[in-house]
Amino acid sequence: MSDKIDQKRREFVSVAGLAAAATVVAPGVFLQATAEAEPRSEAVTGKVRYGMLIDTNKCVDGCTDCVTACERENGLDLLKMPEGADPEEWDRQRPRWIRKVKVKDRLTGKVTTLPMMCQHCEFPPCQDVCPTGASFRRADGIVMVDRHICIGCRYCMMACPYKARSFIHEDIDEKLTVAPRGKGCVESCNLCVHRRDNGETTTACQEACKEGAILFGDLNDPNSEISQALRQQNNTELRADLKLNTGVRYRGI
Amino acid sequence: MQDMFRFGTRLLVAATALLLVQTASAAQGSRSVIEGSKAYGLDSCVEPTPLMRKKHYAFLKHDRDITVHQGIRTVKHSLAGCVDCHAAKDDTGKYVPVTDEGQFCQSCHEYAGVELPCFSCHSATPTQATKAGD
Ligand code: HEC
Ligand code: HEC
Ligand code: HEC
Repeated sequence: MSDKIDQKRREFVSVAGLAAAATVVAPGVFLQATAEAEPRSEAVTGKVRYGMLIDTNKCVDGCTDCVTACERENGLDLLKMPEGADPEEWDRQRPRWIRKVKVKDRLTGKVTTLPMMCQHCEFPPCQDVCPTGASFRRADGIVMVDRHICIGCRYCMMACPYKARSFIHEDIDEKLTVAPRGKGCVESCNLCVHRRDNGETTTACQEACKEGAILFGDLNDPNSEISQALRQQNNTELRADLKLNTGVRYRGI
Repeated sequence: MQDMFRFGTRLLVAATALLLVQTASAAQGSRSVIEGSKAYGLDSCVEPTPLMRKKHYAFLKHDRDITVHQGIRTVKHSLAGCVDCHAAKDDTGKYVPVTDEGQFCQSCHEYAGVELPCFSCHSATPTQATKAGD
């Protein structure tokens, strides 16, 4: 096994280690336990609803650590600009699961910066408009695309109020085993579904944020860190007027 | 080739015999698993070999939906699993794509006239150690 894998495990351990520090006897003992995170053997259920809370007060203008980590985790950094393409157009259209967005309050002039990704709606407009059933919401709240069924019509991209979806325009040479993708399909943030199904507790973006602005967890578990945080302080649903009951919530806007 | 397969499904004994002949001719050897792959060091596939020859695509499609929609990752017939076990390493220790000329999935499909759309999206080499602890 390569050093890289071990390194990754170790990083994961250090994050999980914070929560479980009290029970750790020695670093080695805990490492062993974490390495045994089990792949899921039973179907996901609605007992769990995954979501995120993003504290925009902590989000730093100009920082793109979450975007970079997301792209690395999900193989988006392996996409290359097609030869002869217009760099501006490429930048506008290249697949992205997270975008850094700035919002400005017209009255006060206050500028807020935040990561924008699939909001994992309870009532996803992308699913409503999908003619094939490729856009779907998994029982545990993850909204995603079954690319075996996607025909690339892109209705979902137009229906999404958050501009969270991307289209793969070109054939792709290099891909990761955990993140297959190919020309002609739509995709978006899936809350690192391969991590979910492997019993890991974080997303790549959460791990990457040095400010701790991103909190991932189970919205249905009243004792989870995210549920407690949501109860403690005000949070906002983006475009709450649409009544989509988003699984991603924001603080400070 | 298709006819051979259809005929084979009628008589199990005949089918096995036919397929054995076919594979032997396709892979110029008694075993079609590729030297340098994990499969090369193992005795059997995830199902008995005659069944794999006949049904692997049906297994794959069945388990694909279970994984993608229900999140179950312990299925027997995972595409990542086939690639992990059947992809061979070359002399320099680098994985050769299973879709390359003469490699496990390619050589038989070439012979049978099958074109796979799968690897336009799926990686044809293992890009990470599977978490099974190997
Ligand atoms: C348009 C892209 C695309 C094509 C083409 C495609 N897949 Fe997939 N496939 C995916 C994505 C994306 C996933 C989800 C990956 C995950 O969550 O692990 C997936 C997951 C799977 C899985 C479950 C994960 C695994 O490795 O076992 C199976 C099985 C599978 N695909 C089989 C196939 C087969 C067989 C074909 C060809 C007939 C195929 N796929 C073609 C994109 C594609
Ligand atoms: C754990 C390793 C392993 C995995 C995983 C695995 N195989 Fe195999 N496979 C083998 C071995 C070993 C053989 C040779 C068996 C023999 O010698 O009879 C084999 C044989 C086969 C054969 C028959 C080849 C012939 O001789 O004609 C087919 C077809 C096949 N595998 C397809 C697949 C597919 C498709 C998958 C994924 C669903 C898969 N295998 C997963 C190890 C594996
Ligand atoms: C023993 C020969 C043989 C080997 C080895 C083999 N295949 Fe196949 N495969 C076939 C045949 C024959 C068909 C077509 C069956 C049909 O259409 O009736 C097929 C079809 C498929 C299909 C369905 C294609 C479609 O468009 O629906 C998939 C997926 C597939 N194979 C995957 C694999 C993978 C992955 C491997 C390597 C791990 C592999 N096969 C190795 C003989 C083989």
